[in-house]
Amino acid sequence: MLTAHRLGKRYGERRVLRGIDLALPRGGFLVVTGPNGSGKTTLLRICAGLTQPTEGTIERTAVRAQVGYLGHEPLVYRELTALENLELYGRLYRVAERRERTGMLLERFGLWDVRHDRVASYSRGMTQRLALCRVLLHEPELLVLDEPYSALDEAGAELLDVQLAELRGERTFVLTTHDPARVESLASGALALAT
Amino acid sequence: MSYVRDVGALARKDLLLELRARDTLPAMLLFVAVTFVVFHFALPGTPSRLETSGLLWIAILFTALLGLGRAFVPEREQRTMDALVLAPCDRSAIWLAKSIATLAFLAAAEVVALPLYALFFHSITSTTVAAVLLADLGICGVGTFLGAMAVATRARDLLLPLLFLPLAIPIVVGAVGATVGEPVVSSPGRYLAFLALYDLLFAVICWASFEYVVAE
Repeated sequence: MLTAHRLGKRYGERRVLRGIDLALPRGGFLVVTGPNGSGKTTLLRICAGLTQPTEGTIERTAVRAQVGYLGHEPLVYRELTALENLELYGRLYRVAERRERTGMLLERFGLWDVRHDRVASYSRGMTQRLALCRVLLHEPELLVLDEPYSALDEAGAELLDVQLAELRGERTFVLTTHDPARVESLASGALALAT
Repeated sequence: MSYVRDVGALARKDLLLELRARDTLPAMLLFVAVTFVVFHFALPGTPSRLETSGLLWIAILFTALLGLGRAFVPEREQRTMDALVLAPCDRSAIWLAKSIATLAFLAAAEVVALPLYALFFHSITSTTVAAVLLADLGICGVGTFLGAMAVATRARDLLLPLLFLPLAIPIVVGAVGATVGEPVVSSPGRYLAFLALYDLLFAVICWASFEYVVAE
């Protein structure tokens, strides 16, 4: 699903990644850890195809439509409602039975009652739940999740635990977290980055 | 058909965002109205059609710049471009939809601008209206393309006018030529054709190369 060889990334003179080798089969679950500034986000952006490496190679069997990317930002429009955001992304990502899928995800993540409210009125945790709905909406083959537990309360984190456990084995995951113990039972591999 | 639907969904999103946030259109309306009022009092006597045609196009161009500068602000602030470029839709749909939305804002500003121009200076001819329509297409198409380039840089506010204004010179030449009309210009129709050619040429260039603008 994802193979990287001697992957590296430089921004001008600053090197943020060096010599990363990866071989993640379909259904794999890679947990990436490391201190701030170790290049976790850069690595995930490369895995998602949003950033090109400056050294080494990466091969991805999933085409861009099969990638679900959750970044530090929720990647939703604050002036649109949750429903409008998911309708927009559902259309752009060619989601079949968009309304049913949108409704199911909003209900699962506890946002159904506020689906007509603008995202600007949401708490950070609610926005993160919506971001997870957006990522899962098109049932991607490769899920690239950068700190998916950030801003979630315990109930939200447990919802995400259930979702990850359900999809474990069916989908391929690359995930960063500062709490690797939370996903220890799901992980098939780990990568620790250093500064 | 899916391309048209994608463009429609993206343009609708931009119009909805503006309807709710009201970040761009009020500023454009206020700017263009104030500009004409300032010109009205700054120019003594009755300025000629030749002079005021230039003023009209300066006002339109800088009003458009206000809108173009704001075009990709939601994508920049909420980083939604990452999600848009991963979508399986043709990336040029993002450019086309943004151009359509910016065109709508510019046209709305001109609905106020043209009657004000007629009130303060000279009457509006059908050739002027045609020139405005054709120039708007070029301004929004090229400006949106350059806006997407500029938004990825730190000097975005500076870069957009620096990139856009030189490329807008042919638009000004064609638009002023068509607006001035006879007897200064022998055939305004040729200027309209020039504007149409500019629109077509740059639309093809922007449509074909937008993919590379949003890729890293």
